[in-house]
Amino acid sequence: MNSLRFNLNGAWVEETGVSPTTTLLRYLRDRRGLTGTKEGCAEGDCGACSVAVVEQGEDARPVWRAINACLVMLPMLQGKHVVTVEALRSPDGYHPVQLAMSKALGSQCGYCTPGIVMSLFEASYRTDLDAPWKLDDQLCGNLCRCTGYRPIREAAQAVAGSCPEDRFAAQLEASAPQGMALAYEGEGQRFTTPETFEALWDELDAHPDARFVNGGTDLSLEVTKRFALPPKLVSLEGLQALKRIAVVDGVVRVGAGVTISELESFSERRFPSLHRMTRYFAARQIKHRGTVGGNLGNASPIGDLPPALIALGATAVLRSRAGERRLPLEDFFVGYRKTALAPKELLAGVELPLVAPSARAVSYKVSKRRELDISAVAASFFVDVDAQGLVTAARLAFGGMAATPKRASTAERALVGQPWGQAAVEAAARAIAADFTPMSDHRGSAPYRLLVAANLLRGFFEETRHDRQPALRPGHAATVQALVEVAHG
Amino acid sequence: MADGYVTPLHQPLLHESGLKHVTGEAKYVDDFPAPPGMLVAQVVGAPVARGRLRGVDSSEARQVPGVHAVLTARDVPGDNQVGPVIHDEELLASAEIHFLGQAVALVVGESYEACRAGAAKVKVDVEPLPAVLTIEEAIAQDSWLADPHTLLRGDPDAALARAAVRFQGEVVTGGQDHFYLETHCTLALPEEGDSLKLYCSTQHPSEVQAIVAHVLHWHRHQIVVEVPRMGGGFGGKETQSANYAAFASLAALKTGRPVKVWLNRDQDMLWTGKRHPFLTRFDVGFSADGTLLALDAQLYSNGGFSNDLTRAITDRALFHSDNGYFLPDVRLVGRPARTNLPSNTAFRGFGGPQGMAVIEDIISRFCERTGLDPVEVRRRNFYGAAPRNLTPYHQVVDDNRLPRIFDELLASSDYARRSAEVAAFNQGQVHARRGLALTPVKFGISFTTSFLNQAGALLVVYADGSAQLNHGGTEMGQGLHTKMLAICAHELGLRPSRIRAMNTATDKVPNTSATAASSGSDLNGQAVKQACEVVRERLRPIAAGLLDAPADEVRFADGRALAQGREVPLEQVTQAAYFAQVSLSATGYYRTPDISYDKAKGRGKPFHYFAYGAAVSEVELSGLTGEWRLRRVDILHDVGRSLAPTIDRGQVEGGFIQGMGWLTNEELRFDERGWLRTHSPDTYKIPALGDAPEDFRVTLLADAAQHDVIHGSKAVGEPPLMLALSVVAALRAAVAAFGPPGREVKLPMPCTPEALLFAVEAQRAP
Repeated sequence: MNSLRFNLNGAWVEETGVSPTTTLLRYLRDRRGLTGTKEGCAEGDCGACSVAVVEQGEDARPVWRAINACLVMLPMLQGKHVVTVEALRSPDGYHPVQLAMSKALGSQCGYCTPGIVMSLFEASYRTDLDAPWKLDDQLCGNLCRCTGYRPIREAAQAVAGSCPEDRFAAQLEASAPQGMALAYEGEGQRFTTPETFEALWDELDAHPDARFVNGGTDLSLEVTKRFALPPKLVSLEGLQALKRIAVVDGVVRVGAGVTISELESFSERRFPSLHRMTRYFAARQIKHRGTVGGNLGNASPIGDLPPALIALGATAVLRSRAGERRLPLEDFFVGYRKTALAPKELLAGVELPLVAPSARAVSYKVSKRRELDISAVAASFFVDVDAQGLVTAARLAFGGMAATPKRASTAERALVGQPWGQAAVEAAARAIAADFTPMSDHRGSAPYRLLVAANLLRGFFEETRHDRQPALRPGHAATVQALVEVAHG
Repeated sequence: MADGYVTPLHQPLLHESGLKHVTGEAKYVDDFPAPPGMLVAQVVGAPVARGRLRGVDSSEARQVPGVHAVLTARDVPGDNQVGPVIHDEELLASAEIHFLGQAVALVVGESYEACRAGAAKVKVDVEPLPAVLTIEEAIAQDSWLADPHTLLRGDPDAALARAAVRFQGEVVTGGQDHFYLETHCTLALPEEGDSLKLYCSTQHPSEVQAIVAHVLHWHRHQIVVEVPRMGGGFGGKETQSANYAAFASLAALKTGRPVKVWLNRDQDMLWTGKRHPFLTRFDVGFSADGTLLALDAQLYSNGGFSNDLTRAITDRALFHSDNGYFLPDVRLVGRPARTNLPSNTAFRGFGGPQGMAVIEDIISRFCERTGLDPVEVRRRNFYGAAPRNLTPYHQVVDDNRLPRIFDELLASSDYARRSAEVAAFNQGQVHARRGLALTPVKFGISFTTSFLNQAGALLVVYADGSAQLNHGGTEMGQGLHTKMLAICAHELGLRPSRIRAMNTATDKVPNTSATAASSGSDLNGQAVKQACEVVRERLRPIAAGLLDAPADEVRFADGRALAQGREVPLEQVTQAAYFAQVSLSATGYYRTPDISYDKAKGRGKPFHYFAYGAAVSEVELSGLTGEWRLRRVDILHDVGRSLAPTIDRGQVEGGFIQGMGWLTNEELRFDERGWLRTHSPDTYKIPALGDAPEDFRVTLLADAAQHDVIHGSKAVGEPPLMLALSVVAALRAAVAAFGPPGREVKLPMPCTPEALLFAVEAQRAP
């Protein structure tokens, strides 16, 4: 099929000849005159370009999801429904989120406002906004420089979960999932979306130089920031098999196509450690598009999933036409942004053992700004202790400390076999300096990174005294919750 | 109103463009449909921070398909100068390079792709020279933009020598990117007979007009600059939009085609100026009870490569180094450093925040050293009765509202109880501390360049009783149009739905000042009021005739003219005026009375009045990571009798959070080449929603009408930004609580988690 087809504001549009790496943002503004959607940064860090798309939520229920139009390429929308800010007002009047924003004076200069309206649009149809932090999370990907956010929060509280029974609710019901299969060429670039592994292997045989893309939240930056025109992309979004999370025989298998927001809701009750890492992972718009496979396959030293999954003892599942092979996730990262993937091989997912109740496990992310930032230091700790109180296993995994996600092996050795207590923890914390020679950059100096890495281990010990796998508490001031429990206001 | 009829003035108004914002129909310059034949352009920047430009070879670039022109300094028909005050800034570098990225050529083409391809082919030959990047380097190399400006009163040397407590130190504050969500953009349209129409995102359309005329060697009447609205300005579009407007104009002139110049985020952050970083070295003396006796301080600003507004900004820092405190013997010296960085520029507060940060940090340090109560020390030093009512620049403070604001805020924020709770919390914790702090703001209102304090308006009323309002101010989100419409509706008695705020344009109101210095509604409001009064008084006899009542009994309200219990719709009055051959349009004009400043003497009355406020911030800080959370904020702010309390609250909240960003997480990191490493929101972190306190209580001071300002109001744009200094004071208190009493906290600004963690480490050290 050599045409792009998606539903834009209620009408199907078909495009041929256009470059497949055209972002939805540029398409809306340059070709459709839909200038309500703004470019604030072209890197998914401000949210001014937010639009809503229909995705399959839990139990395959269609849901509205806010995404960054600046980071989504047109072929990624194949068969999907997209709504932009212009469509919200109907002849019957304004959408409730528009009225709520206006009433709260949630706009001043108005430039971020369409994006905020679209994030609130998602929020208004959500049924899972059961905690205040989820509203903050909903909106953390939308920067506003004028209001100080109080009125935006107020508008969000007014509309979140209100589930208006309107034409957008009806559109959800009517938008049955369509196939994404695509083999598209335009402006000399190729973009394919195979829906079977066979088709994928065939495409790779024919185009061994094609690059994988999933949600595209990172790869799109090459287009929007470096102005590259990737000649051949193979999207994995059509492979339903990669989108599943399944628990089989005490092992959790997470497909590479699972989005971060899906992993976040899955882990909320089952994997507190993983959930803490997904929570401050990125903006919600990014979490909706970013995938497990993308975050791991990037092999970035500052990716947040690698330390969290390595600490939990994850195994990488690699798949090619020849079949599957497995290796410990930490061995998947072989160098700076380099993986163990062979040519024409795919990261299909990861397998995680369930965490034993005896184990302590927490993930931490320290960044300059809590929300929507890249780690200065990411850390994930797993320590199992036997009945005698001796450490039987320790996995201390870090991001931001080396050229790859890496375990602190010296520090781990200082723990294993020792009584789990202040003395061993202090010895291990001091040993971290022997494990890493971090770099100094604008996210943190080397001394800061080393001190934080050691302190996180100290805090981990404090934090897991009473609850071995603690969730984040409301109002926490820091990624590590080492508060002494005393009566206070 | 007394007679029960509705006026929008002083009411909780919605933002005039709010419903247009939420639908996406609000248009910004980059949203305008591309006119046929429109070209775009790309700046080619210098590859070094300082050097001699030996040549620019654009021959290959011109051959790139889609490229229409490559312009260099030689193509400028007029004066190749865009400096707004001092002509020390070239539009396109001719011989010397002063910062990395300085424009040396402009590639004009059919698409950004073509322009980028062309720009890549432009060969820039530069002989690199050593660059000066920091204030310290500038001091060492005697690199300045201007002579020192000194405020001196009394004998600070003698007073310092006598002081019971005397200490010295440095205060460092960082720069700040404006991060308006809409980057710089201008669309230039050639029109017939050597004229140009510009749509420009600028706070200062008249200056854009003047500079473009200067660059093209035209007269100003050949150019119309129109500002639809801005997606934020914050000072960043006061002078610096002129460069990009001049590029677009020059390219339009050379190609004869419409040209748009739009910066992407990275370009905008890399090439435009920011808030000035400051380094202050001080020597201060207190009495044992915490009374300020003397301050001797040198304030160095990092101006970047050219003057831009740096002198006035450094002046305003001096004028605010007292904040709300009486300094009996004082010497303040301000000096702008010349460095090889983009030219730093206006940013909300305009030097005021940097000056105020000095004295607030000094008081915090004094309290850390002595253990005295910061609230009492601050209160003790407020301006009072003569002779304790004179600023370092000899303006009398005769309306000090800080004592009242402090008292009311201490009570409403429950300060004493919470202070005890914070202390109890800190007693019980190992790795966390809380801090609570109250800081005041006193901010002078007026352009300190006195002649700028003027404004104009043009009211156009149609025979059907509808009106278009033009004034010299620009709308950047601050709600200026909302306030001007309220004033207009109030004066004319028109319903707000019948009045339209027009785009700001130089062909409607000429010779305007920038919408800046918080002065937008003070100045333009008076001009609007006057224009409306002129038309209303022309309508009065007409209405009197229709109502068969004496003219002096006629009132105009709520879309009607009323007298003696009778009423007539205003559209009948305007229709009748038209038939009676009465003019229905008028201009208004205002200048601020009784202000002046003599810079040579360091004396005068630069400010029409002061705006006041105070904030209480409570933070919790982790001693493990340096992360922190703002738990609660209480603000009491003085906006006089608010023209629109909902709009003013938004300015207070937004200013506070923006100030907090400057003081905490927003960090400009330049590398050794002078290249900004934090040039996008990926690495430059303005506050996000989760950084705003969940408990955010803002109250506007009641019963606070201000004499001789439009309808009793006060300016609100800038002052609240400095309320965020309470966050720094609270963070310092939390850091201090990690260590023994009596130890001064070592914490530079911005207070990033890293800076905080190392401050905690220093505090905890044996």
